[in-house]
Amino acid sequence: MSYCRQEGKDRIIFVTKEDHETPSNAELIAEDPDDPYEEQGLILPNGDINWNCPCLGGMASGPCGSQFKEAFSCFHYSKEEVKGSDCIDNFRNMQECMQKYPELYPQEEEKEGSSQAGSTSGSVSATATTAEGSSLAPDIDSTPSTSTPESTVSSDNTSPTDNQPAS
Amino acid sequence: MLKCRTVWKKLAPLARASSTVCRQNVRRTALTNGRIPSSAPAAHMSTGPAGGIGPNQIYALVFGTACLGGGIYAYRMIKGDKQRYQERIDEIESRKHKDKKESDTTIQSEPPAVEAPVTEAVPEPEPQAAPSAEETSPPAPDAEVAAPSETTETPPGVDSEPASSKIPSHTPYLLIGGGTASFAAARSIRARDPGARVLIVTDEPDLPYMRPPLSKELWFSDDPSVTETLRFKQWNGKERSIYFQPASFYITADELNSAENGGVAVLTGKKVVHMDVRGNKVKLDDDTEISYDKCLIATGGVPRNLQVIERAGDEVMAKTTLFRKIDDFKSLDKVSRNIQSITIIGGGFLGSELACALGRRSNESGLEVIQMYPEKGNMGKVLPEYLSNWTTEKVKKEGVKIISEALVKSVTCKDDKLEIQLKDGRLVKTDHIVAAVGLEPNVDLAKSAGLEVDSDFGGFRVNAELQARSNIWVAGDAACFYDIRLGRRRVEHHDHAVVSGRLAGENMTGANKPYWHQSMFWSDLGPDVGYEAIGIVDSSLPTVGVFAKATAKDTPKAATEKSGTGIRSESETEETATSPVASSLPPPAVVQHKDDYGKGVIFYLRDKVVVGIILWNVFNRMPIARKIIKDGEEHADLNEVAKLFNIHED
Repeated sequence: MSYCRQEGKDRIIFVTKEDHETPSNAELIAEDPDDPYEEQGLILPNGDINWNCPCLGGMASGPCGSQFKEAFSCFHYSKEEVKGSDCIDNFRNMQECMQKYPELYPQEEEKEGSSQAGSTSGSVSATATTAEGSSLAPDIDSTPSTSTPESTVSSDNTSPTDNQPAS
Repeated sequence: MLKCRTVWKKLAPLARASSTVCRQNVRRTALTNGRIPSSAPAAHMSTGPAGGIGPNQIYALVFGTACLGGGIYAYRMIKGDKQRYQERIDEIESRKHKDKKESDTTIQSEPPAVEAPVTEAVPEPEPQAAPSAEETSPPAPDAEVAAPSETTETPPGVDSEPASSKIPSHTPYLLIGGGTASFAAARSIRARDPGARVLIVTDEPDLPYMRPPLSKELWFSDDPSVTETLRFKQWNGKERSIYFQPASFYITADELNSAENGGVAVLTGKKVVHMDVRGNKVKLDDDTEISYDKCLIATGGVPRNLQVIERAGDEVMAKTTLFRKIDDFKSLDKVSRNIQSITIIGGGFLGSELACALGRRSNESGLEVIQMYPEKGNMGKVLPEYLSNWTTEKVKKEGVKIISEALVKSVTCKDDKLEIQLKDGRLVKTDHIVAAVGLEPNVDLAKSAGLEVDSDFGGFRVNAELQARSNIWVAGDAACFYDIRLGRRRVEHHDHAVVSGRLAGENMTGANKPYWHQSMFWSDLGPDVGYEAIGIVDSSLPTVGVFAKATAKDTPKAATEKSGTGIRSESETEETATSPVASSLPPPAVVQHKDDYGKGVIFYLRDKVVVGIILWNVFNRMPIARKIIKDGEEHADLNEVAKLFNIHED
């Protein structure tokens, strides 16, 4: 059973697991997915990519930022059957750029990606792995949507909006 | 010396050519002149300017043009050589780093490299970013990535020295201060403004780094060279540096305006001393002026000191550490290994964390660690009294000798030992003092810039969008901003620096968003006590705490291992403060005492509205806490609100 104590202005309540079993009747205000003030996930309400998403780490802002943006935009808007198959050049540019900065974009991930028969989905997951694996992704991020950057990038837009109501 | 040789080589053929021409002209002129005076003065005048152009003048003209042309050619060649020479040297330097670190003198002893550029064809124009990136990239992760301007240490310093000696006279984005807020803003700007050119100016010698590990993880590292590498192990086993990015992420200052896709350049060791808001420019301590389009002030702050220590004289000051920067960490680490007793004055976050870190060390070294503060218990200004007392007991278990309700009256140095006299008469003898008594926000630029300073909280007064003036923003520790939900405040936590820096960067690129995403903070005091907090967490507010009984599973370490994310606050912010548990530590005892505050939620209320929440040994629930504060609702029964946190689960 829970018990309660008051120490001056501070109230202390001890609760057992059973006490907290019944669902809460506390009311929370419904979230507005279009709230302009809120931190956005990877995909903005208008469908564009949020380059400032913490989930991307430093990918869009580093020395290979512009190549990354081109490749990823191409992939995002690609209407091909194999999504992004028309973006091979962009991804190649990006990889070439990244190879110049092995410290920022660890090379092991690159090899993984390129060995997957050059398919762009492989490149994207390589990007995602790179984003996750390198120290860029978690270095300063501060929103819940960073918790699953890999799935965020490859699944394109489900994770961030899932996270939103929680915040 | 080698340059002279190159120059001479270039000029030699020209010199020979021109000297021949010279000699020929002189002979001809001499001959001509020689002849003319012998005739009549009138005839001399006839060869003057009035009389048209004679042979002398033609020769002079030809000679002059030849010299001019030769001069231009020589100038171009030398300039090109210089550039090629520089690139060559830098490339060699970077190659050398891949093998071993070497001293500066090896640069001078590379004569073959000089000759090569002379015979090379002009290199095709490469994007500036590429060769310079090679120049400045330290290869091994353990190379000191700091200090491009340092000359005594590793080669990376020398690499970028010649390049960064040229400061751009204009930058579209100027960020004053090179800390967390500044870096976050730089990243934000680069993400949103393609090809943005961002210049960070910092008076520290280091590239942007994160501070929390300086008082937490770095102290728990097993690596004896941690003070050099500044790397720490995260809970997921992965190591990382305290630097946000290695040097290769940045471009050099003189490439800023030419880099094709822009970039972030960091100017270290330079202080902005004057700001001209009307003219949109700043002046550095070396009198250089930089003009900007948009400016961020993220100057952070300077540790406060106790007046009694300041007045106590140099001997005492020499044995006192004010802890904030990398250098402070290094010196404190060194000092703490060579003394018998250390005293930390201050019972807040920094003081308690350092006390615990040093207390842990004391197990091996026998160092006496004392912590003294005016409050009744650790975190006395943050935690409600019962929790503060509980925390203090935990800190004592870390090997720290606590002296609470201590007000320092005077400090003297006697026989190479410090004597701290307290107002109640107690005397404490120690070898070294760490003063962790707060931070003074750095508002030095307020005067010259004509910016408002807040009298209640200190710092630059800015609006809800972190704006001080139409093109000046302030973020981080130095910003006193208007929080729409919680009112005007100034926050000195790491995550706030990240959040406000990001927001400032967004607003500098046209977002016009107010401070809305509430920042959080965390602290760990040993393996048993860890909490995350959000909002206004002031112990003077009425609180309601809802606790469950603790089990062995409720520790920061257990939480991170279970969640599998590696870092418990990776879902919210970057690396956390959890301490790696040494195998020699006993597992936390399961206390069946009723008043064991194992885990729970504490709500801080202001006018019946929750304005702050502490998650006590309960992790990965920050989004819920953030939501409750954002709503700003009056809740009749906070136990019901506490249910939302599922405190009994892991």
